Amino acid sequence: MRKDERSRSLESGKPSDARERQTPSGIPIPLFLGEPDFLGETGAGRPGELPFTRGIYPDMYRGKLWTMRQYSGFGTARETNQRFRYLLAQGQTGLSVAFDLPTQIGYDSDDPAAAGEVGKVGVPICSIEDMEQLFAGIPLEEVSVSMTINASAAVLLAFLIALAKRRGMAPSRLRGTLQNDLLKEFVARHTQRFPLTPSLRLVMDVLEHSVRHLPHWHPISISGYHIREAGSTAVEEVALTLSHAVAYLEAARARQLPLAAVARKFSFFFAAQMHLFEEVAKFRAARRLWAHLVRDRFQIEDPEAAKLRFHTQTAGAALTYQEPENNAVRVALQALAAVLGGTQSLHTNALDEALGLPTEKTVRLALRTQQIIAFESGAADSADPLGGAPLIEHLTSAIEERAKALMAELEARGGALRAIQEGLPQRWIAASAYRLEKQAERGERIVVGVNRFGSAGEAPQQEVFQLDEKLEPARVEEVARRKRERPGGAAQAALQRLKEAARSTENLMETLIAGVEAGATLGEMMGSLAEVFGEHQGDW
Amino acid sequence: MDEKSSEKAARAGGSNQPPLRILLAKPGLDGHDRGLKVIIQALIDAGMEVIYTGMRIPSQAVILAAEQEDADAVGVSNHSGAFRELFREVAAGLQAAEAAGRRRRILFCGGIIPPGDIPTLKSWGYRGVFPPGTSLEAIIDFLKAEAAALEKEGRP
Repeated sequence: MRKDERSRSLESGKPSDARERQTPSGIPIPLFLGEPDFLGETGAGRPGELPFTRGIYPDMYRGKLWTMRQYSGFGTARETNQRFRYLLAQGQTGLSVAFDLPTQIGYDSDDPAAAGEVGKVGVPICSIEDMEQLFAGIPLEEVSVSMTINASAAVLLAFLIALAKRRGMAPSRLRGTLQNDLLKEFVARHTQRFPLTPSLRLVMDVLEHSVRHLPHWHPISISGYHIREAGSTAVEEVALTLSHAVAYLEAARARQLPLAAVARKFSFFFAAQMHLFEEVAKFRAARRLWAHLVRDRFQIEDPEAAKLRFHTQTAGAALTYQEPENNAVRVALQALAAVLGGTQSLHTNALDEALGLPTEKTVRLALRTQQIIAFESGAADSADPLGGAPLIEHLTSAIEERAKALMAELEARGGALRAIQEGLPQRWIAASAYRLEKQAERGERIVVGVNRFGSAGEAPQQEVFQLDEKLEPARVEEVARRKRERPGGAAQAALQRLKEAARSTENLMETLIAGVEAGATLGEMMGSLAEVFGEHQGDW
Repeated sequence: MDEKSSEKAARAGGSNQPPLRILLAKPGLDGHDRGLKVIIQALIDAGMEVIYTGMRIPSQAVILAAEQEDADAVGVSNHSGAFRELFREVAAGLQAAEAAGRRRRILFCGGIIPPGDIPTLKSWGYRGVFPPGTSLEAIIDFLKAEAAALEKEGRP
């Protein structure tokens, strides 16, 4: 997001791109329709005004299109760097790094726990050398980088800061987003490493460091996506995500951090599922609910802090294995919902992701889907184009009310943290997932090509991306060799220092950056933290 | 022991056979457990007994658990692409146990599995391979049919 452009257009109250829009027949398209009194009953207001039901900017996509940000990463840093450059050359406007599971949980590629998983769902990054390869030739002061990393988010941010310093670039110029949302890991995504309390401490260390030192960095992306993918309803997705956001703000209050500054740093992440109207309404409801929470519960006056800015990804769970080409249509509808709902950035899934990793061709189609919506459909011409439609306003209010009721239930059970430890949201999600599956089984929920109109029994004819099987052993050897050839003293001292810091209450970020610069690896630093914090044990 | 068996039979809806014992596991680091949790509930509703190992379990521990729990069937799930390594280890371990005189167990798997890999998995001993979109009914029918076939062979 370009803050400078935004503030200019906010101050003038005019769209930063004043070109008139019209339909192909030549009918002028207003930026938005519906004055506050027209939408008065629902409190929807105008785009760019509290409670932001209609979008967080007055000019929405006329000011700036959403960021087209395809999640990508596989094999090695070198191969992923090539895919990044390809995507940028194709017109993608931001990067989104997918890390492999060992990196996400905090194991080096040569750790026995990593066997079979290296480079599979993302790229392995264990050291500053890997980070250097990953972003070779990519200007980090210009291209914003989103990193889907949670348990080891603090370490990966330390790698990135150390890389910026090595390049002679001030870390304060780094722009992008860290997922760094551990609560939803316990609830739905399951890459947590440490128990809940130290997990939350690391989240807050990253947040605090970013508030103080990284003005263009979003240190957390509070995610409903994985909650939805795990089977929740749209209402549960909103309620659980915002209850997590409340928990992080409460933790910031406990640390006596400036609350408005922290809330301004928040970004959110939602899924776009199949029901076009419920999804559009969901995004609007989430914005309104959050704006009210920020003002009413936390007494934050700053309207910037009340803006719910979010990334959207189309629903992986909606992709079918049968007749995979149908998924291109599903993705287009879901992406349209995200845009009509006012998303700030978007990842569109490739049609073959229920079968394996996507190919270059299907990834390009996914990106083209966004470009067609942006440049051909007219969906970006006006702000909140569906606002005021009776169905949309009705659904928006209904989702808001129901999500509020669920949040009240969580509060009554002692808040999000306590509820997670007792497994309450996990049970909600599992029950919803089972209900959805049974509905499909009974034919009450139609999945075209699967339980209706299907060519049953026919194996999908789809080319699948093949990862080179030789990459993992070569990678394991490379990481092991680097560690052998490294002068060990400095790294060992840094790890000792890290353990001391972990036992105290000090912010760990500076110690982690020093560790990276001393040559310590991801696995070593996460292992040292695990010695102090313990490993998460429990019901999965 | 007799008492426990009759208790199981009662739960299975009065049949004379004790309910099938199904061990479900997620080896490796993958955290996608939606499918498995749905299947757990469906199998319980179908009168089977389910033992779930949880996530991040080493392949060797899956084999050990199958032994200790005296499972009739072992199902493994993976969505991270690591199945080629992990599922091979589980299948090899169970085959080794069988070769050493242990009972045969029904082996099945599911998750994100490219169509081209299905023949390989079958050749490793996976009697059922269930990609996304498989109906719960299909899995339940598969387990019942396989169990009946084992029964004919003479269930220990």
